[in-house]
Amino acid sequence: MSEPEGREAPRRRANQEMLTNEQLNPNVLEVEDLRVRIASKRGVVRAVDGVSFEVPRGEALGLVGESGSGKSMTLKAVLGVLPPEAHMASGQVRLDGTDLVRLSQSTLNRVRGPKISMIFQEPMSALNPVMRVGQQISEGPRIHLGYSRARAEERTLDLMRRVGIPDPERRYRAYPHEFSGGMRQRVMIAIALSCEPEIILCDEPTTALDVTIQDQILRLLVRLCQESGVSLVFVTHDLPVVAQVCQQVAVMYGGQIVERGDVHDVLLNPRHPYTLGLVRSAPDVEYVQDSLRPIPGAPPSLIDPPDGCRFHPRCDFAEDDCRTGTVPLRLLDGGRATRCLHYERCGEALAADRAAQGATQ
Amino acid sequence: MNGPVSGPANGPQTPEDPVTPDNATAEAPGRGPTVDPEPLLVATDLAVQFPVFSKLMARLRHTERMLRAVDGVDLDVRRGEALALVGESGSGKSTLALTLAGLQPADAGQIRLEGRVLPEHRSRDDRRRIQMVFQDPYSSLNPRLTVGSMLGELLRVHHVVPRDEVRSFSAELIRLVGLDEGALGAYPRQFSGGQRQRVAIARALALRPEILVADEPVSALDVSVQATILNLLRDLRRELGLTLLLISHNLAVVRHLCDRVAVMYLGRIVEVAPAEELFRDPRHPYTRGLLAAIPRLAGNTADDPAGEARPPALIGDPPSPLAIPSGCRFRTRCPLAQPRCEREDPALVAGPGGPGHLAACHYAFTPVPATASVSAAPAAPTAPEQA
Repeated sequence: MSEPEGREAPRRRANQEMLTNEQLNPNVLEVEDLRVRIASKRGVVRAVDGVSFEVPRGEALGLVGESGSGKSMTLKAVLGVLPPEAHMASGQVRLDGTDLVRLSQSTLNRVRGPKISMIFQEPMSALNPVMRVGQQISEGPRIHLGYSRARAEERTLDLMRRVGIPDPERRYRAYPHEFSGGMRQRVMIAIALSCEPEIILCDEPTTALDVTIQDQILRLLVRLCQESGVSLVFVTHDLPVVAQVCQQVAVMYGGQIVERGDVHDVLLNPRHPYTLGLVRSAPDVEYVQDSLRPIPGAPPSLIDPPDGCRFHPRCDFAEDDCRTGTVPLRLLDGGRATRCLHYERCGEALAADRAAQGATQ
Repeated sequence: MNGPVSGPANGPQTPEDPVTPDNATAEAPGRGPTVDPEPLLVATDLAVQFPVFSKLMARLRHTERMLRAVDGVDLDVRRGEALALVGESGSGKSTLALTLAGLQPADAGQIRLEGRVLPEHRSRDDRRRIQMVFQDPYSSLNPRLTVGSMLGELLRVHHVVPRDEVRSFSAELIRLVGLDEGALGAYPRQFSGGQRQRVAIARALALRPEILVADEPVSALDVSVQATILNLLRDLRRELGLTLLLISHNLAVVRHLCDRVAVMYLGRIVEVAPAEELFRDPRHPYTRGLLAAIPRLAGNTADDPAGEARPPALIGDPPSPLAIPSGCRFRTRCPLAQPRCEREDPALVAGPGGPGHLAACHYAFTPVPATASVSAAPAAPTAPEQA
């Protein structure tokens, strides 16, 4: 896609007096020991239970898990937009070294937009249906960057071109319902980019889209990240999508991160039986398996999670030591980490799989 | 027990029950039962259209704008096969499925079942023979009926088994889809998504259909649950000799389950081929774009942002079915588009490889003329959208 002229060169502003040490820290975002509790009739749901991760500048981190794993709640806690019934029991969310959790609401509002922004799964419910798209995109620069109306419009048209919305002059005055699903998601991306944030949180941004449109949006996100150096946290349940976009991945299960590392290492060579189960249970377009291998059982209750490893009731490799105590996230070589005591069995199982596959082909 | 629907699924079951499928002649080893070359269900020049405005608006405007959801489809479904219908949303695949199942009247064309033309109002028995499983098991089950009463009602109305055997047949059905007999007394809300989809499948199978039409049966489910439903569908096909028509946008699911694939675009079928051949050697540029768009576990766009190592992405959105382009309807997004494509609507024709592989593209089996420029495609990164 061709780039329009006159776009502002990628750069970092340092106009937020409270956040100035960005050169010192290689990580844009550091989340430490995040715990989110939700009060329900049946008890307290530990939706996020001690999640820690960091996002290096300019990189994309994938958060993968099934529904109920706590991935979306983690994102909401990072941005400080938890639903009213949820509260953060502990944790730090450091953006450029500043703990967002302790900021006042008004200071937080000055960070959201110019420093951190979000792309939601359903653009139709995230966009204002009675406001012209152009106005919605220019709102951020007007409020946060103090742009004049004319300058904000110019920037908006520029952003619309950057995200591949054709005929931006006409589309500026259109309403969201006049856009297709893919185009609406482009509008969301333009809004997220409008104040040149350091990091964008993406909550399943392509799940509602067709595979061809998903491909366009993923390519666009990757290109924009590389151009402007923005970091991403990308939440999805779709492993191949993570492989397209992210360098790092963290797999979540039962409110915890169970495995972390380089995206290729983790997906092609899992060291946690849950990751292995996810990889094995998904059909692949590259070849036909005779039979898929679903993960037996159901996800754990987060009100009363199982003792020991939370995955042990569903795990083929579970031993007695998995059933008691707590299993910490252990660091391995190559920047990887796993919450499994017997992770080497995953490698053995995968080797056996591949041998069997080779034998049938 | 005269319940022919029996046999092992991947759940609790009674091994002593003989496997006596009622419409499959024999089970062949391999992916599915023997595929009878004589088509079981044939659609000829099928068309379905919807008025865009209300009747009142149509009278006020003196015209009726019609949305052609299915626009001249020829398709045959062979006995025992698993045929997939794939395409983007708005391609008409779900409407086609509903029409074949008799839930949506056709505006033109005919549907033949075993050579007999199905009338617009089908007999109870014809309706019984084609059953559907829908995408969303949360909204397709009656929340106020227990599973047992739901199945019992069906079995009694359609006289599937004598009344005194309704209970035992229901239990057998529920075991067939891998659920416990206790499920009969439960309401849909008491099940998880995957279990509900099993219940929906049991309901469809209760009438001993010959054709099971499954419209996105796993896309509302989590990955690990999807696998159990896909395995169940495949096992059921083997055990019961079912003919399966699977509607899906997930090509990995299609490849796993199906023998043959039909690709739809804007109400037309643009390519039909055996699954292996379609994935190995797609001939229609739309199919190629669709396959190229699938994210792969091994592939990483982050290493290759321009996507140079991968085929280019399909540009733009599909045009509105209210304003179908002239000539070839794919030409506005086609990387091969030529002036000819604007004038001539390509027919769905067989390639040199035989009648099994059909494609509706002027250049599917013949190369694009070397002198012609390949720049007829829109230059903008995205095709003009519908107004």
